[in-house]
Amino acid sequence: MKRRTALVGLGALFTGACSKVAESRAGQSLFDMAENWHMKAHRALANRQALAPEFTKVDISPVFKGNGSITVDSDIYRDQLSKGFPNWRLRVGGLVKNEMSFSLENLRALPQRSQITRHDCVEGWSAIGEWTGPQLSLLLDAAEVLPEANFIVFYCADILYGKRYYESIDMVDAYHPQTIVAHELNGEPLPEKNGAPLRMRIERQLGYKHPKYLTRIEAVASLDDIEGGKGGFWEDNYGYQWYAGI
Amino acid sequence: MRKKHSLLTRIWHWLNALCVIVLFMSGLGISNAHRYLYWGNAGSQPSEAWTAVIRFPDWATLPQRYDLAESRDWHVLFSWPFAIGLLVFWIAMLIGGHFWRDLRTHREEWKSAAIWADIVKHAKLDFTHDGAKYSFLQKLSYGIVLGVLLPVMVFTGLAISPGFEPAAPWLVDWFGGRQSARSIHFLAAWALFAFFVIHILLVLLSGPVKQMRDMITGGRDET
Ligand code: HEM
Repeated sequence: MKRRTALVGLGALFTGACSKVAESRAGQSLFDMAENWHMKAHRALANRQALAPEFTKVDISPVFKGNGSITVDSDIYRDQLSKGFPNWRLRVGGLVKNEMSFSLENLRALPQRSQITRHDCVEGWSAIGEWTGPQLSLLLDAAEVLPEANFIVFYCADILYGKRYYESIDMVDAYHPQTIVAHELNGEPLPEKNGAPLRMRIERQLGYKHPKYLTRIEAVASLDDIEGGKGGFWEDNYGYQWYAGI
Repeated sequence: MRKKHSLLTRIWHWLNALCVIVLFMSGLGISNAHRYLYWGNAGSQPSEAWTAVIRFPDWATLPQRYDLAESRDWHVLFSWPFAIGLLVFWIAMLIGGHFWRDLRTHREEWKSAAIWADIVKHAKLDFTHDGAKYSFLQKLSYGIVLGVLLPVMVFTGLAISPGFEPAAPWLVDWFGGRQSARSIHFLAAWALFAFFVIHILLVLLSGPVKQMRDMITGGRDET
């Protein structure tokens, strides 16, 4: 009995110490450092432009799960959805020479990339689907991103738990060949639950880095002054890792 | 001749114990985010799963509540000392001779009569083994843990990481796809837990005070 009490006490001491570490500033910077090392190690081990594996049509998942926001709760969105998004615009701005605005028709007229890739959710599941759209690099080159820009920020139409969704990536991922602005899933216009009409594909990172219901793309020098300053909805509000390649 | 535990063995032993406890408990927290396991590359629906696991209670997870982001923080942090410690320990065991001297099994030990004799001896709670540092069963289980389970945790952990995959897509294929790697990661974690329980039980049965002291101070050389 005494031994059991001692064990429970030891366990409580250990988990208590862990929560002290996690709450401390030093603990947080330790977590951030470890996350950053994973990113550096991944990029050092693979070519920076190395591709995520691509699959064949027979591998496509029967159901492509929708998670997080599965709709945009507004009349304008409902109306646009029912008509095929004739007035939807994707604006590109921030640290660029030419501010731009693309309709879906404009995006479909650009050279397209189709890729059958595996989507890995932070929760643990995976689904395979075929995504089609122009490479983000085409849009960025058309807008002529200025050399001061270090990050690309994506703004979205959906509101999740009362906050607007957004995400960000660095220039290595922004110019990666598989980073596309997808408007089709498995040969059909994007379903509502998967982000209609536009969603990003950032294939070497977890699903929360692939923002849906995309409205605006901004090139910025730093993430500090944007929303909560941590570079994304899940990062700001729930402490998720900005580098989601782990 | 039985040598004492070397300083490196002792440091690695306790560092590794801490890492495995943190990784296991934070891993159970991660598991709570999606309790279905799949084979192959993909799977997201209960109908595709080969099993659904229980929701692990808060006292078993790190942190002691459902917080996927913080569980992942712990996992991301402790994967480094765990993997590097294992690598350093393996190199040191191969160069320093601990592996060749104490852990390697010999052909005569694999005879069924000898294995049976060792099992009977253990069943009688007789933990003496003259000459060698470890008995056959001990070598076998340490071998499985050091040579199979711990490395498998590192390799399946890397295979589940989408950012690592472009560096070594063959590793993911080798485990049969990402979701297979995740299932193996989960199963091997529980195999390690089983070792942990037996390991502690045997320490308690074979003179816990001396065993603990020896793993801290090193103990004495015995002939
Ligand atoms: C270098 C070492 C390791 C790495 C890189 C690593 C990496 C990972 C990753 C990325 C996940 C998330 C999987 C998902 O998305 O569901 C995970 C989950 C998990 N890990 Fe590890 N891990 C390591 C070592 C360990 C060890 C030593 C243990 C336990 C002894 C462990 C136990 C678990 C468990 C139980 C899960 C939950 C599996 C699930 O249901 O998804 N890990 N690990």
